[in-house]
Amino acid sequence: MATRTVVEGVTLERRRRFSETYFGEWVMTTDHKKLGIMYIVTAFFFFLVGGMEALLVRTQLAVPDGKVLNAEQYNQVFTMHGTTMIFLFVMPILVGFGNYVVPLMIGARDMAFPRLNAFGYWIVLFGGFFLTSSFLFGQAPNAGWFSYAPLTELTSNCGPTAVRCTPDLNMDFWALGILMLGISSISGALNFVVTILKLRAPGMTINRMPLFTWMTLVTSFLLLFAIPSVTAAALLLLLDRHLGTHFYQAGAGGDPLLWQHLFWSFGHPEVYILILPAFGMISEILPVFSRKPLFGYTFVAWSGVAIGFLSFTVWAHHMFAVGLPPVAQAFFATSTTLIAIPTAVKIFNWVATVYGGKLSFKVPMLFALGFVAMFLIGGLNGVALAVVPFDYQVTDSYFVVSHLHYVLFGGTVFAVFAGIFYWFPKMTGKLLNERLGQIQFWLMLIGVNLTFFPMHILGLLGMPRRIYTYPGNLGWNELNLLATIGAFIIAVAILVFLWNFIITLRSGEPAGDDPWDAFTLEWDTSSPPKPYNFLVLPVVRSRRPFYDKKNPETADWKTATH
Amino acid sequence: MRMPLFRGKKPKRWGLALTALVFLSLFLASCDQYTPSILNPQGPVASKESGLFWFILVVATIVFVAVEGMLIYSIIRFRERPNSPTPRQIHGNNTLEIAWTVAPSIFLFAVLIGTIYTMFSLAQPAGPNVEVKVVGHQWWWEFDYVHENFVTADELVVPQGTTIQLDLYSSNVIHSFWIPQLTGKTDVIPGHNNHMWFEADNVTTTPYRGECAEFCGDQHAHMDFSVTVLPKDAYQTWVSSQQQAAAAKPTDPTALAGQQVFLGAGGCQACHGIVGVNLTSFNDPKAQSQIGPNLTHFGSRHLIAGGVLTWDPSTCQVVNGKLVNQNSCGLYQWLHDPQGIKPFSDMVIGQLTDTQIAQLVAYLETLK
Repeated sequence: MATRTVVEGVTLERRRRFSETYFGEWVMTTDHKKLGIMYIVTAFFFFLVGGMEALLVRTQLAVPDGKVLNAEQYNQVFTMHGTTMIFLFVMPILVGFGNYVVPLMIGARDMAFPRLNAFGYWIVLFGGFFLTSSFLFGQAPNAGWFSYAPLTELTSNCGPTAVRCTPDLNMDFWALGILMLGISSISGALNFVVTILKLRAPGMTINRMPLFTWMTLVTSFLLLFAIPSVTAAALLLLLDRHLGTHFYQAGAGGDPLLWQHLFWSFGHPEVYILILPAFGMISEILPVFSRKPLFGYTFVAWSGVAIGFLSFTVWAHHMFAVGLPPVAQAFFATSTTLIAIPTAVKIFNWVATVYGGKLSFKVPMLFALGFVAMFLIGGLNGVALAVVPFDYQVTDSYFVVSHLHYVLFGGTVFAVFAGIFYWFPKMTGKLLNERLGQIQFWLMLIGVNLTFFPMHILGLLGMPRRIYTYPGNLGWNELNLLATIGAFIIAVAILVFLWNFIITLRSGEPAGDDPWDAFTLEWDTSSPPKPYNFLVLPVVRSRRPFYDKKNPETADWKTATH
Repeated sequence: MRMPLFRGKKPKRWGLALTALVFLSLFLASCDQYTPSILNPQGPVASKESGLFWFILVVATIVFVAVEGMLIYSIIRFRERPNSPTPRQIHGNNTLEIAWTVAPSIFLFAVLIGTIYTMFSLAQPAGPNVEVKVVGHQWWWEFDYVHENFVTADELVVPQGTTIQLDLYSSNVIHSFWIPQLTGKTDVIPGHNNHMWFEADNVTTTPYRGECAEFCGDQHAHMDFSVTVLPKDAYQTWVSSQQQAAAAKPTDPTALAGQQVFLGAGGCQACHGIVGVNLTSFNDPKAQSQIGPNLTHFGSRHLIAGGVLTWDPSTCQVVNGKLVNQNSCGLYQWLHDPQGIKPFSDMVIGQLTDTQIAQLVAYLETLK
């Protein structure tokens, strides 16, 4: 060790490093908490972008023969709505919460690979800007978020006498964007798997991990196995478009269905990637606000695992109308019906958690209860879609739009807001305003149902998906208008939230370390936590280590059998 | 429910009544003769498929009421009150877990049996049928009546009470063939020759609406078709007339001028075929290279360009070589500015004068 000679009377000033400036602290950070916040803020920005795209769609469809958007514009907007919401909002925000909360929940100092973590974030930011910049060129992706070939292979809208016959970039933006974002997802997933498997505090066995950690682990495995499918699909698409291969072109020996199989082999696990962390959040929040533990922890955890495995066996239920052999369709009908069982088990366990509790209706709880109510509807109309002959009628119709939005909005987005209201105090030391939160919740609940319930009926009345306009004599007008009104109610709710966010940051009520009297380790820190998270490594003796610490007489490790 | 909920807010009765009314009104909302409702099946395939819907609805409603009911009950019954005790810290109950894993499994198994049974009962019946080769183009539907040996577009005409067998082909991208009131959809995929069937129970007063149900590019929204069901003898008459070639030359002078436009100045004949005029028969090899619909019997059709406009001769009367009211004539609007009506469709033509259009309208009207 070197010795320093200090000359009396002279002090040396150290220059402030860039990483110690306010800006540099964020730009150079590898701290999971900062990266978590960056993920969440970035994702929320793209939520607003995707929301604007949704409002444009709904405004165009509010009345028959709408003139707000023409066909080309509409096709770009609805494609980007789906792409933005899935890849730039839901996936990053769930990763963001995972990033922030999981290391704290398991008593770790940070993620296993902090620099890989930062890398993952910056790719999302740049990938998101790359994809969205396509609008500036007037060439946003325009073939749906699912980009079916061979439509996507037409490098231009080029018929023999077509007006426009210039090579377009739309689908190249999409494919390259997907490839970039996939890299981020894989890096994040790897990080979570290693962190969760190796960095848990002493005494926290797998069977004592919080449910949010469980679900993040399962989701990470899903990502690791599903993203390669879409990566391959997108790569082959780029090869077809630019290097003269024919993977998806029927005339030359390829097959358009290859795209669908590759895409949905990703696409189906993807929807579970979008919901499982949300399940995890709900499993954390309901117990705290019911003042009792999660009912059936083992069953809830292992249902999540079962859903993870089964999610790889159901993909062709997105393809019931493509002409698969009946036996294959029967197989996928069976697997899809099967996957409903662990999902139902979870819902029952959540209701049982609430039953017999002492319920406090703070905003996180409102959203969590709303989640259960809305996700149930989405689950039921999902089971309806598994009934193949019925699916022949309603697939590719607004019935499916209703289903996917009940599970993604009524489900995931509600869970995300539950998570925001729940963990915001931990992240910032301030409590979001209760009153505004309640107003937002009720507006969203009404808005979601008003927007998406009529879509069940529109599907039953024969309205197909992805049409930029519709004739006025088919009986679809009133329901479309209703749905648009609902969409604007949701928009108002989001504005209420933004207002809440701004005023809370400025002058919110101090939260303290543990505003909710919660059960898990992340609450046993200051708000916000110190950079090193825990001064002393916690020792865990049950599934509710913080509850145990606060209630030594009735601690779980004394009363429960695990 | 004696006590108000959620700390002094108005009782939920109002909210519940309002919600019920909204949902009820949605069901009653708008179901008229043009609505392509799958719950108004007009044939055996659609009937089986909609029957399943009612079954699902019953099961789903039971589950919904039960679970949502438990949730709402818990919310009301177990909300914290000033002196409520700390709840019992129950961690689970294995018997309950098994019960509520087995019970839904039984429900779902029943649904699955119904599903698979119906799937296999929807196999095409043996016996005589009308076979139509359906070709999906961007953005219109071509119908080749295989045994009757003629080609038409936009409108499918079928006999009542007969199995209609469809062979589905695509010219370039994926489409999906859907007639909500008659049958669920089947995708039309290049390289895959999918197959479907349906049967129509009733003669139509208003044709059934058919739609493309797979996103296929800019004008996916304007790729409709119609299905007309005729009594069997009327169908045979229709078939015979469709099999005829068009007259070599029409008698009316305006129509004759229109034919000249078709063959010459307008350039229509490069993309459209009329048997007896620029095609020798429906099997003429020249037809292969024509990208537009066959127009031999356009005069008796009712849709233009995938249903983006309707064709009604009574609104397109030609008097003294001029259209009486060109703005109410769909065919005029189409011929005047096809790219304005349906941007990026393949119909790219030079500007036709109003006179030329009137002549074309007169001519096309003769192609019954």
